[in-house]
Amino acid sequence: MALKIVKGSIDRMFDKNLQDLVRGIRNHKEDEAKYISTCIDEIKQELKQDNIAVKANAVCKLTYLQMLGYDVSWAAFNIVEVMSSSKFTYKRIGYLAASQCFHESTDVIMLTTNQIRKDLSSPNQYDTGVALTGLSCFVTPDLARDLANDIMTLMSHTKPYIRKKAVLIMYKVFLKYPESLRPAFPRLKEKLEDPDPGVQSAAVNVICELARRNPKNYLSLAPLFFKLMTSSTNNWVLIKIIKLFGALTPLEPRLGKKLIEPLTNLIHRKIHIFSSHKMLCSQSHLIVSLSRIAVLISLSSGMPNHSASIQVMKYLGLLAMSKILKTHPKSVQSHKDLILQCLDDKDESIRLRALDLLYGMVSKKNLMEIVKKLMLHVDKAEGTTYRDELLTKIIDICSQSNYQYITNFEWYISILVELTRLEGTRHGHLIASQMLDVAIRVRAIRVFAVAQMATLLDNAHLLTGNMQRMGICEVLYAAAWICGEFSEHLENPMQTLEAMLRPKVATLPGHIQAVYVQNAAKLFATVLKNQEGNTDSTAAQETSQLMIDRLPLFVQSANLEVQERASCILQLVKYIQKLQQKDVEVAEEVCALFAGELNPVAPKAQKKVPVPEGLDLDAWINEPPSESESEDEQPKAIFAKEEPKHSRPRHTEVDEKELARRREARKQEQANNPFYIKASPSSQKAYQEAPGVEHIPVVQIDLSVPLKVPGLPMSDQYVKLEEERRQKERADKKKKEKKKRKEKRSGRGRKHDSGPESEEDITPAHMVDIVTEEMPEVHRSCLNITMNLKGNARTNMISAKKSSKHKKKKQKKEKEEKEKKKKKKHHHHHHHSDGGGEESVQNGTVEEEEPLPVSVYDIQGNLQDGSQVVVSVIFENKCDSFLKSMEFNVLDSLNSKLQRPEGSGPHDGLTVPFQLPPGVSNEARFVFTVQSIVMPQKLKGTLTFIVKDSSTHEKLDFKLHFTCTSYLITTPCYSDAFAKLLESGDLKCSSVRLEGVIMPFHHLLARICFHHHFSVVERIDSCASMYSRSIQGHHVCLLVKTSGQTVSIDAKCDEPTLLGNVLDEIKQTFSQC
Amino acid sequence: MQFMLLFSRQGKLRLQKWYVPLSDKEKKKITRELVQTVLARKPKMCSFLEWRDLKIVYKRYASLYFCCAIEDQDNELITLEIIHRYVELLDKYFGSVCELDIIFNFEKAYFILDEFLLGGEAQETSKKNVLKAIEQADLLQEVSGGGQIGLPFHFIC
Repeated sequence: MALKIVKGSIDRMFDKNLQDLVRGIRNHKEDEAKYISTCIDEIKQELKQDNIAVKANAVCKLTYLQMLGYDVSWAAFNIVEVMSSSKFTYKRIGYLAASQCFHESTDVIMLTTNQIRKDLSSPNQYDTGVALTGLSCFVTPDLARDLANDIMTLMSHTKPYIRKKAVLIMYKVFLKYPESLRPAFPRLKEKLEDPDPGVQSAAVNVICELARRNPKNYLSLAPLFFKLMTSSTNNWVLIKIIKLFGALTPLEPRLGKKLIEPLTNLIHRKIHIFSSHKMLCSQSHLIVSLSRIAVLISLSSGMPNHSASIQVMKYLGLLAMSKILKTHPKSVQSHKDLILQCLDDKDESIRLRALDLLYGMVSKKNLMEIVKKLMLHVDKAEGTTYRDELLTKIIDICSQSNYQYITNFEWYISILVELTRLEGTRHGHLIASQMLDVAIRVRAIRVFAVAQMATLLDNAHLLTGNMQRMGICEVLYAAAWICGEFSEHLENPMQTLEAMLRPKVATLPGHIQAVYVQNAAKLFATVLKNQEGNTDSTAAQETSQLMIDRLPLFVQSANLEVQERASCILQLVKYIQKLQQKDVEVAEEVCALFAGELNPVAPKAQKKVPVPEGLDLDAWINEPPSESESEDEQPKAIFAKEEPKHSRPRHTEVDEKELARRREARKQEQANNPFYIKASPSSQKAYQEAPGVEHIPVVQIDLSVPLKVPGLPMSDQYVKLEEERRQKERADKKKKEKKKRKEKRSGRGRKHDSGPESEEDITPAHMVDIVTEEMPEVHRSCLNITMNLKGNARTNMISAKKSSKHKKKKQKKEKEEKEKKKKKKHHHHHHHSDGGGEESVQNGTVEEEEPLPVSVYDIQGNLQDGSQVVVSVIFENKCDSFLKSMEFNVLDSLNSKLQRPEGSGPHDGLTVPFQLPPGVSNEARFVFTVQSIVMPQKLKGTLTFIVKDSSTHEKLDFKLHFTCTSYLITTPCYSDAFAKLLESGDLKCSSVRLEGVIMPFHHLLARICFHHHFSVVERIDSCASMYSRSIQGHHVCLLVKTSGQTVSIDAKCDEPTLLGNVLDEIKQTFSQC
Repeated sequence: MQFMLLFSRQGKLRLQKWYVPLSDKEKKKITRELVQTVLARKPKMCSFLEWRDLKIVYKRYASLYFCCAIEDQDNELITLEIIHRYVELLDKYFGSVCELDIIFNFEKAYFILDEFLLGGEAQETSKKNVLKAIEQADLLQEVSGGGQIGLPFHFIC
């Protein structure tokens, strides 16, 4: 036995201890890795021995190696062995190694629970201490759950040394096992008043951290902390308490007021007592914390810090200012110069802080000046990160609150153009979106912007010449779009067109090329328009030729979007050229392709559009797509995204087709939307890899001097101009003022000029279209929508007129009748109220200008409710007087009733919610409840109104025709479902023959679809199956066959009456043609 | 506090203490990145630095950088103070500490740190108390007879 011990110690003499290892590593600088691998082998040997001292030594060395970055996870079990040694020396090493090497996923941690519990209850306080320390580093949720009780007991240990550690580790336990918080909290609270300051401060620490996560629960402790704050002299504790109050005051404003006094006392006391530099630092930070609390602090006490040259102070001062800025912007603004100075600091941390402050400090007056300074910094800045930060800040500052501070947009555009010259910036798209935004919203700037963008396009090689600058080429996207959209402002559109069609454009990312192609077409239209005015037609033909020559390059593009647009436009131009050769003037038609102005739309505009009755925006249109599907839906990478695989099983997603179609539509929309800047031009990469790129000559331009793009104005000149403009304005104002107070003394005139001008004095040179509430005039896309609606809606017409005694009147009538006829052509099956009009009640005194409202109505079934129909009526005032107090009333039948608001009688009319100025039309919707839908019916109604000038009541009778068709809703049906339906045998048969129908089969189908709400299920040659559904769920199936002029319709429906009526209506439709 | 790193001017890590559970790979990545960033800064620059969503507070003592990562709401100055206090503790314990002391007695440096900070929070603000605890623990170590591991290297040579 003794021999064994001796042998062990002799062995140990030859072992390397930690110091040897360290020294060895230092001596093997060249082959460190090799040396360490031999050491690890030795350690593995040592770990195999029984001697715990040897093992501890090995583990100690491993801990060192772990720090150097070597993997020691294989020794985890040995570490646990050493931890469980009864000797403190080894235990200490073991716990240290565990705390360094273990993490939550280390599996041997499970084995330690009992060992730790044993150590926690050890009579030796250092054993317990070491276990607690170790545990704080590797506590897992399981350990926390199992040991929470033991630790809680330790919180009331007799030794403050243990109590303190136990309190602190409780925080870690709470984080891992939140359930322990409730039982432990009373004891934790108790510890706030522990006699030992160490324990007290530990408790403050823990509660402070807890409160930061959820301050609400700790409000009740405020009085206790208040007492602590006034009594404690420990600065560490004070800082924590103040931080805690910082979290509490937002919840309880009264607390802030109460804190003012003790806090100011504290600051003054400490500042006076401690003069040492370090303490002052803490105090200045106290001030920072204070400002966080409620900005109780007067700035005067905070300011001396800024003059201190110490960087730390500077940093903290700026930090404090940014806190104060939020609540007291004025007081910070007065330190503008100081902050601008900080921008020159060598230290990036300080510069970034100062930049943060600038955002809140700009005003109309100093914006140009500040941005000018920032631009200087942009030129000087070395690091790309800092430069990018500057760039975003400049744009942030300028664009904040709807360009509130910009008085001269020409200046801003030039700033943006100057920013494009930045090398290697990532923020090309940001600049681009700003350019678009400004050009669209500030009408007055367009001429200037277009000129600038044209030069940009002309000098595109400067932006794209260097591959590194790829980020900035996003700007060309904006430039091309602006030049195209506002091409009427271009001075020399031909030149820009040529610039856009240069072969080098093909090196740009796909989405930019796509915009190029589209806008080249717009430019082409403008150029044609200009050239056709001239007598010489060859110029126009040359332009077409240019397009035809250059576009094929894009047709070959690897990017689908580019290819598609290019080939489309190429064909169009070819056709135009053909026309030109026949001396046909085409410019106008070509221009019509791109007609319509783009207007800004307010963010809230959508809210102004009333939600149509019966439309439930929250209801699913289709069944909610599966999870994976919804991921696909996200429009993050528009072009890089692949189409869903066809291999996906069909049955999982019934309307996969529909989804794909919608996705496609959205992509189109995004691509066409100039506001939609694509996230990542990943297509760019794909393009670069495409074959043939290397043939395109790319001129590398390497200039060390900052690039000055010829023809681009420098933003500086605007600063000067602006100065002059303001001077002038001031002078003008001055003159007026002088006139006013001529009698007053004139002595201080000059001095007054140089005095500070107030914010309001500065009138902007351009106004932004800031649309916030009003509806937009006509947005291009809106226009499309309305047109679509009109196209789809079946319009019935009710018109009513007054008998007239005047010629004027008659003309009107004729005109109207004509119009009606025109309509009739299209809507033969629809009912017109008798004879096109009923005479209103003769009231004897018919005036010259009789009100003549015409209404067009449309009946639609309500999908949600099988017994409801919505009738949309368009009222149009065709007379010259103002109509008001319109009331719509219908004589209810047994079957159909007008839905009236609750409380009104069955014969009361409904007030039309608007008035009609002359020549204006508006739409109102009325809901009818229908019992049975199998029969068509007519309802009689009246419209009463007051003509404003005469203030007499007028009456207009009309009839509403509820056809059976109007109860049908177009419902798509798949052929398999259709077949099943027919097989089911529940349906009754009926058929009808139409003779003498002279129209192509697809017209015939379209007519049935359009007028009678059917959808085509399948079409084979001259035979088609169609389907529709009524609002009450009746299936209507048609089989339409045609031979010569005869059309036979075989129909099946589960409701024979309905079917008969629908067929009659169809028959009527065709008999009228 | 999220973690504390001690590294030399050459970028060699001397001590690391993590108070948040991270995988070894992440730790290595963070260490590499931070050491580079901090070493790139000039001596006259301020001690603070924003890095990812953390604030880095660092201070250089002789050839050694002490670097702490704190959360956004944490107080920078108190962290600076913690660093300074730790240096003072090391200084008291080793007697005018130098980098070599920490290299060769790195486990001692850890023990001191563990007595001073626990779970990223300062557990004892009194220098005297910390040193007393360390001394007593060391004494316990001598008594329990391990001896060798704690011996200063010059004693062995």
